Amino acid sequence: MSVADNLQRLTGPYEQRSWLQRIPAAWWAVAVILLFMPVVANDFWLFQVMGWTFILGMIGLSLMFLAGYGGMVSLLQMTVAGVAGYMVAILGPSGANVSLGLAWWVVIPAAFLIAAIFATISGALAVRTDGIYTIMITLAIAAAFFYFTRQNYSIFNGYSGFNLVLPPKLFGVNWRDPMAFYYLSLACATLCYGAVVYISRSPFGLALQGVRDNPRRMAALGFNVTAHRVAAYALASIFASTGGILLVWQNAQIAPGTIGISAAIDVLVVAVVGGLRRPLGPFIGALIYVLLQVFSADILGLFGFSADRFKLIIGIGFLAIVLFSPDGVLALWDRWRARVDARKAAETRGAP
Amino acid sequence: MDKFIARYPIWSLIIVVVVAVFLWLVFAPWPPELVASWGRKQIFLNGLLGGITLGALYFLVAAGFTLIFGLMRVVNLAHGSLFLIGGYVGYEVAIASDSWLLAFPVVFVVVALIGVLMQHFIFSKMEGEELRQTLVSIGLSIVFADLMLWWWGGQSYTILAPQFLQGPVQLPIVNTVNEATGVTTWLRYPAVRVWILAAAIVIGVAMWLVLNRTALGMLIRAGVDDREMLAASGVRIKLLFLAVFAFGAGLAGVAGIVGATFQSLSPGEDTRFLLSSLVVVIVGGMGSIAGAALGALIIGVAEQMGFVYAPTYSIVFTFLIMAAVLAFRPQGLLGARR
Repeated sequence: MSVADNLQRLTGPYEQRSWLQRIPAAWWAVAVILLFMPVVANDFWLFQVMGWTFILGMIGLSLMFLAGYGGMVSLLQMTVAGVAGYMVAILGPSGANVSLGLAWWVVIPAAFLIAAIFATISGALAVRTDGIYTIMITLAIAAAFFYFTRQNYSIFNGYSGFNLVLPPKLFGVNWRDPMAFYYLSLACATLCYGAVVYISRSPFGLALQGVRDNPRRMAALGFNVTAHRVAAYALASIFASTGGILLVWQNAQIAPGTIGISAAIDVLVVAVVGGLRRPLGPFIGALIYVLLQVFSADILGLFGFSADRFKLIIGIGFLAIVLFSPDGVLALWDRWRARVDARKAAETRGAP
Repeated sequence: MDKFIARYPIWSLIIVVVVAVFLWLVFAPWPPELVASWGRKQIFLNGLLGGITLGALYFLVAAGFTLIFGLMRVVNLAHGSLFLIGGYVGYEVAIASDSWLLAFPVVFVVVALIGVLMQHFIFSKMEGEELRQTLVSIGLSIVFADLMLWWWGGQSYTILAPQFLQGPVQLPIVNTVNEATGVTTWLRYPAVRVWILAAAIVIGVAMWLVLNRTALGMLIRAGVDDREMLAASGVRIKLLFLAVFAFGAGLAGVAGIVGATFQSLSPGEDTRFLLSSLVVVIVGGMGSIAGAALGALIIGVAEQMGFVYAPTYSIVFTFLIMAAVLAFRPQGLLGARR
């Protein structure tokens, strides 16, 4: 999605219709399915499958925002989510003695703020070099934070982490109730998705895409390249933190394993499998990942393997996507659509 | 040297003082006041030597990583998996043949072959697409990690050092001087670690000699600087790439045996050593062998010293060093600015 595409979309022939009319029919269908899913789906499906999909999708979305619009593939997003989650556990009430037990209206803003500060500082370090170095530096920072939480007991409660971290009972609703949690995570995911779409078309988003495509030219035009990149890290931290806080509430616990290297790589896998070019990609990738994980026992059983080989499936699937369709499954879909359109066009031309 | 002193007199003085204090700390017996505030000298020396030998291991892993990166621009995030494969294969060979030394050539060849296959069938197909190569290497590391978990399980393995390397050796460093009798005790240190340190130094010097004194090294250095130009001047660069990839991978495999000998092998060690080589290479400078040696020394010593003196914050030292290098010298201590 280059800048020119966006401009064309903004000033294209659709401009005269209202924004409601411009939403394609497929989107309405998806919205209806998602809104009415609790009618048919059971608790496991709502809470484990869909809730986890939205959470993973939001964290993947923050990676997609950085990678797709900013050209910075950051393995830090799970760590940012983990910082926010850890802050909820440390500042708010939990089963561990180290927690401070503050009220939720202090805890949640503080978690967002601290995660944003962490992301900004790490981002400022990562943008000192660019290109492929970003992935190395962010991986190193993520690992440092993981080992730090594991060996530090005075703040992060070490190996065991925090358990019994529950969401506040706001408006008399138990937000860990499957249906309530489903709608909460759906609302957060929709907000994050909308925010990314909006930012990508805002002046800042366009400038960021310009920086991705040609940093030297943007610098010559008077844009502060470094500031745009660091600001992108700060903005992306909001989506990651939202996912991180929901993740803590969903699991009711957080431990170093939650934010380990393999978790950081899982987020990358999710975003790449879905597609790094569109905000929808991470959610598709997350759905595929979660479905594979949930049904891995059945799928692997078909081929006579034990359910432990789930990672093998993920790894091979990821390799296949990277080798054969680098832009993810959404690109496969695009290619299929283009082929169908071409065939239709050929048919209409063939039969006058 | 004279020029450096003339240009930076204050820095030279600081360096001389630091080196003198360091040498005194290592070689002189410690006065009681120092012992009271910092603990016994033995603890300090063990931390220091442990750091240096750990640095030697880090160097073996990171040297291949940085060589591959410098020449081919491939960030091979499956490098840690090669380390772990080398360790496991080395364990099997050492058990089967009852010979620790035989494991080294076998592992070198096996892991180098894996590296050649990776380079030939995957990385060379997507030359220039750095991000895709990196993503593929991540995918490979996931697959390798799970295959190894499948085959060797979750328990940890240790390779026993052979008879002639077991037990301690005496180093010419004073440990303590007994006040009453005046008897000096010298520091004793596990022989296998001393030998591994020596081997790492030999390998490092050999790599430096090959890179700087032979025709092959000349080709590699030319490739690091400008590989298009080198290819254009008629060098069969594919073969050169294969050779360097094989050597880097083989070195990681050999490091796996070393790691299995003085620590242990278990799932997860692959990411640990991948990360240490990342940090070493970021600190030392990407693509520089001397930088890898310096970075490995700094990171190894910082990790062990942190572990001895501030156990719950030791990882923070490593991280702060990396952050400081990135902030003030993003290309790494000995890296060339591009």
